[in-house]
This record gives sequence, structure tokens and C-alpha cells, in this order.
Amino acid sequence: MDIIISNKTSKPIYEQIIQQMKQLIMDGVLKPGEQILSMRALARELHVSVITVQKAYETLQKDGFIETISGKGSYVSDHNINFIQEEHLRKVEGHIEEAVMIAKQNGIEEEKLLKLVNLFYNND
Amino acid sequence: MTSDYTKTIELNGISKQYKKFKLKGCTFDVPKGRIVGFIGANGAGKTTIINAILGLIKVDSGELKIFGTDYKANQSYIRENTAVVFDEYLFPENMTPSEQDLMFSKIYKHWNSRYFNSTLQRFKIPTDQKTGQFSRGMKMILSIIIAIAQDPLLIVMDEPTTGLDIGNRSDAIDLFLEFIQDEAKTIFFSSHMINDLEQIADYIILINNGEIIFSEEKDRLLENYGILKCGKSEFENINPKDYVNYRNSSVNCDLLVSNKEKTKWQYPDFLLEDASLEDILLFYIKGEL
Repeated sequence: MDIIISNKTSKPIYEQIIQQMKQLIMDGVLKPGEQILSMRALARELHVSVITVQKAYETLQKDGFIETISGKGSYVSDHNINFIQEEHLRKVEGHIEEAVMIAKQNGIEEEKLLKLVNLFYNND
Repeated sequence: MTSDYTKTIELNGISKQYKKFKLKGCTFDVPKGRIVGFIGANGAGKTTIINAILGLIKVDSGELKIFGTDYKANQSYIRENTAVVFDEYLFPENMTPSEQDLMFSKIYKHWNSRYFNSTLQRFKIPTDQKTGQFSRGMKMILSIIIAIAQDPLLIVMDEPTTGLDIGNRSDAIDLFLEFIQDEAKTIFFSSHMINDLEQIADYIILINNGEIIFSEEKDRLLENYGILKCGKSEFENINPKDYVNYRNSSVNCDLLVSNKEKTKWQYPDFLLEDASLEDILLFYIKGEL
């Protein structure tokens, strides 16, 4: 498991941890049920404060990516296949929204846009 | 004694009057299981507070609790479970670490000889050399190892990173983060230098002129504070309620703001930068307000 933290961006460190852990789970590097480093252990490895990691873990838990069993540790959620799909769907929606906006602003018709989507979808 | 306290250190309205200096009703908590950084300029009152926490001075008024109790009721318990690291190496220079091991095992109730020796080995500190021959950095690392080997619940440090090079500082950070793996343990350290020790602090307490300015989660500070940059003429148009402090030069003005998002929205045409802890401290020490 690789987590790379930058102190030179304005993105808060806990957000960097959240984003990378989500990516690791979605990419299957971290498997459902797999135990991950404890909050304090990850803070030690990254040389960051415990609260920073705690905040990241709390968000990951709230979003359904991990589960924390007190006294035992934190694990990748077993039922995260759906979450992963939903997360991906949200990503897709965001990109489509952007594409539609650009199309509308530049007079590209709906039909043409749908044709393009079809073309990309069936052309791999 | 029980361990069901949640605040390792509690200060409530601590005051102390000296001839030329005064602690003004200082109030803050140090939560259990956290690393708390205590920052302020030299002479702001950091050492006075630390001495009060260690029970080395009597305060004029206010309440002080350590591990949920006080020196009056449980002095020996507090002393047995608190270790101190000062900015100077205070142990006899003619002793070797091996001799220290023997001595400390007689002095300290919970002395962990195995931890002491294995950690010295890990940091390549010779056990059979007189400690007076060690470099300053090595002496500080040794002092930190001695503190942890006492197996305390609380480590209090006064300027522990003074004179450490980057390598030593990284070693110190490793030691602190290892110590804190047990969530019953707490670290409270003061610092006038803002360096990479702050990266591991959960909370930051700022003291200025004997007064606690804030006690805040570090991440929240970094997220909320910012520096607004403007010209001299533009400064007139900014509402004094919208900034915490400001610094002037002959050609521009920097304002410290404590709500970056709001500022971004209120003054969209100005340059707004993130503020580091060092920036925040500097505004309080050198600001015009």
C-alpha cells in the first residue's frame, strides 16, 4: 500500500489520505475484509498528527469504505462493491455534466453528443 | 488512581505575578492520547507554564490538574508518571549510558532497561562512552530516550528541538510517534521555533505576553487562517472586523484572517495565501494590533 503525502499543496493532508485510500480500495489494491494500518500506526508512518489520520478514517468509515472495530483495528468494508460502483457512477456523472455544459455553450446538439458517447462506448 | 480521565492536563485560570511578567488567567486542556504543541515568543510565558505543570513553582491563583488529580492530593503519582525533557542536557557528563541505565533503574519506578538499551542501539548511541563527549543532537536524542524509558503517561518537553539537525529531528519525531502509539500516552511540548515537530502536533496552543491566545486543532488552524495581501490604499477599505492582525511595510500590507473561505468571498479581488503556523505566530508577535 502506497500513500504519498505532499506538504506543498493547499489540499489538506487528511483529504489526500482519503482520496488515496479510496483509490487503493477501488483499484483493488486493498481487498474487502483486509486489515489496514491503525490510525496511530499510519500517523507514525506518514509523520503526521494522529488527529489528521483520525479525520480521514472517520470520513472513509462514513462513506462506507472501511470499518473500524474498537480494540481490533480498521478493515476494508466487505460490502464495498456497490459503494465502489456508486463512486464510479458519480465520477461518470460529473464528466457527462461537464461535457453537456461545454456542448450547450458551444451549440453542439444533443443528438451529436449522444452519437459521440455511442462512438466512444462501442469503440474499444 | 484511575485512568478514566480524558484530559491529561487541565489549566483553569492560572495566574502568576512576577516583577516584570504576569501570567494572566491561563486556561487550556491537553487531551489524553494527543501531541500538543505550545508555541510563543521567548519570554511569552511558556517556561513558567511548564514549570507550573511540573509542580516546580507555586501559582498565585487558578486550578491545575494532571491525570485528573492535583499535586496536593497525589504528588508522587503525578511525578512517577511524568517525564521531562529540557532544552539542555542535564545529566552528569562523566557517566556512560550503561552507568545511567543502572542508576535510573534504581531511581525510576517503571524504568524499562530493555527499551533503553535496544533504542540506544537502534540510534547508534554508544553505551560505553561518557555522554559529555556526545554531540548536542545525540544528547537530546538520549534525553528523549531516557524520558520514554521511564514509561510515563505524560512527557513534557521544553524546547526539545533546539539545536537538533534535520536527521536528529526526524529521529525525535519517530520516537514521539512511537510513544503515542499507546493512546493512554500524551506529549506536551513547547517550542519557539516552528519546524517539522509541528507537523505531528494534534493541537496548537499559542501564548503571547502571558495570555493564551488560542488552543486549537492544528488542521483547523491551517485550514482557516490565511494571509490577505493588499496595497496601502486598499487597506483603508477593509473592515477591521474581517482580520485578526496586520503587518505594514512602506509599500504594502499583510492581514491575518481566521476565516479563509469567507475572506475569499468578501474580498475576491485580493491575493489570499495559506498561512503557516510560523506566519500565524509572527502576526501575533510582530503585528500592529
